[in-house]
Amino acid sequence: MLKLEGITKIFNEGTPDEKVALNHINLHLKPGDFVTVIGSNGAGKSTMMNMISGVLTPDVGKVWIDGKDVTNLPEYKRSRYIGRVFQDPMAGTAPSMTIEENLAIAYARNSSRTLRLGVNRERRDFFRTALEKLHLNLENRLNAKVGLLSGGERQALSLLMATFTKPSILLLDEHTAALDPSRAELITNLTKQLVEENQLTTLMVTHNMQQAIDLGNRLIMMDKGQIILEVNEDQKPNLTIPDLMAEFERIRGEKMATDRTLLG
Amino acid sequence: MFTAMFGAVEQGIIYAIMALGVYLTFRVLDFPDLTVDGSFVTGAATAATMIVLGYHPIVASLVALLAGFIAGCITGILHTKGNINPLLAGIIMMIGLYSVNLRIMGLSTENATSLPNVPLLNSETIFAKFAKIWEPLGIDSFINNIVAGLGAQTLPQTWGNLFMMIVVTLVIKLIVDWFLKTEIGLAIRATGDNKRMIRSFSANTDNLIILGVGLSNALVAFSGALIAQYSKYSDATMGIGMITVGLASVIIGEAIFGTKSIMRTTLAVIVGAMIYRIVLAIALRVPFLDASDMKLITAVIVILALIVPQAIEKQKQKKRKAKRLQARV
Ligand SMILES: Nc1ncnc2c1ncn2[C@@H]1O[C@H](COP(=O)(O)OP(=O)(O)OP(=O)(O)O)[C@@H](O)[C@H]1O
Ligand SMILES: [Mg+2]
Repeated sequence: MLKLEGITKIFNEGTPDEKVALNHINLHLKPGDFVTVIGSNGAGKSTMMNMISGVLTPDVGKVWIDGKDVTNLPEYKRSRYIGRVFQDPMAGTAPSMTIEENLAIAYARNSSRTLRLGVNRERRDFFRTALEKLHLNLENRLNAKVGLLSGGERQALSLLMATFTKPSILLLDEHTAALDPSRAELITNLTKQLVEENQLTTLMVTHNMQQAIDLGNRLIMMDKGQIILEVNEDQKPNLTIPDLMAEFERIRGEKMATDRTLLG
Repeated sequence: MFTAMFGAVEQGIIYAIMALGVYLTFRVLDFPDLTVDGSFVTGAATAATMIVLGYHPIVASLVALLAGFIAGCITGILHTKGNINPLLAGIIMMIGLYSVNLRIMGLSTENATSLPNVPLLNSETIFAKFAKIWEPLGIDSFINNIVAGLGAQTLPQTWGNLFMMIVVTLVIKLIVDWFLKTEIGLAIRATGDNKRMIRSFSANTDNLIILGVGLSNALVAFSGALIAQYSKYSDATMGIGMITVGLASVIIGEAIFGTKSIMRTTLAVIVGAMIYRIVLAIALRVPFLDASDMKLITAVIVILALIVPQAIEKQKQKKRKAKRLQARV
């Protein structure tokens, strides 16, 4: 479904600010895989997501979606296959447009846009049914401007907009990080529900270890532009936070040691 | 006085089409497009030249609309494909179009390659054509009787221009309202609202910007074509400050009627354009001001339109706060 092959990305190459953001990343997601991604700040998680969505192109390596090489496909063409929810609740919706207009924009993702009305009665019914699943009473506020919604409501709407056209890949980059704990839990549950319902192949970045453990069937840990740990389907159900911490420290400890030897 | 006001309203409705174009770029696309000063004249020059060459005024006006569309698309391309800042892209086009407009007007005669103006005195304009249908209906004398009965001393020559322009402008308003609700229209609005979002829903923002700026300038040029026929001339300098006039109309309209929905905002823009013309007509009657001060008056109106709503909002907030504090005591 999704394949990353030897992806490398270096920012500001050849300057004092040179930064190897991704260092030869390989990753393969089977249809229906739900992979959670953890790693410290600057590990390259967002950069990896941006490689998949086409916001950035790799210096080296290839991206495959559905068996197609999409490495050189621009972002707007790739997004036919990719649903995305951003960390910033403001980023995923158009604030001055209404809820139903936002949904209509998301609905048109799969086909080319025409001069048909974005919202007609049939679609409005469809939107209403979809919104009911969120249990936020948004189905009765179809004509409210999205800018008036709370962060949590917006993020729930973004999640619905990203998923209800059943994209091949769903990318979630810390999409609960900007919310208070109860809202974050709501969105986490919704994520679980929508991913299961639509059987979406999902990649989710999170800083919340418990969330990374609770959700999904696989887990990867990134550090300094590399995937340093992969937990597969068989190991994941028994995974605990102390396990992850220990693993994290073990690998980091090793790294530090090599660093020191290099310096010495 | 009445005649001056009547003329202001007539013109206001024609300029309203230009203001709708400015609304599309400045508000919907969030693209401050200065092509307007040039494309307005392109519309006027194209229509005037074609009418002089014997084309039907409707054909001439539609070709003018197309010319504006092309000019706008080029501005959009300069910005999206050439990575030129929107303001600069518009200014470049505005300057370039000035020469293009002279050339277009030059086509109206065989004696010159370029001309600074084209008069339309004896030519048949769209208004003259419409008058032929309108006058036999006898509506003018009917309305004038009523108005005279209400105590008016001077009466307009015809109500036909006003009637025709109200219909044309309302039809354009309805088309704009409808367009902004289509799938493409929604995508254009989202492009102005949140580019990152609309790209993540498989929309090519470059093409949407090009299309949006193109359509905006199509309306601007169409308005220019009608103004040329209304005032019976096209002139290379008639577009100077047009963008300011458009902005003033949008801001005045929005300040008075708000922006609750698209349909309401487009109506607000039209009324704003009329109010602007009326204010201008009143200002020109001030004894020490004359026609050459028009641009300065325009600038002052725009400054007021920008500042007054802010001041009112501040006052309102102060009052609200005072109320809240009082409630607490
Ligand atoms: N456009 C850019 N230009 C230069 N450096 C960049 C750019 N984008 C990211 N980087 C750098 O690349 C590294 C990886 O960044 P990235 O955003 O992928 O980290 P992350 O794992 O998402 O971190 P966080 O958990 O803080 O979101 C960081 O050191 C960052 O500073
Ligand atoms: Mg990140």
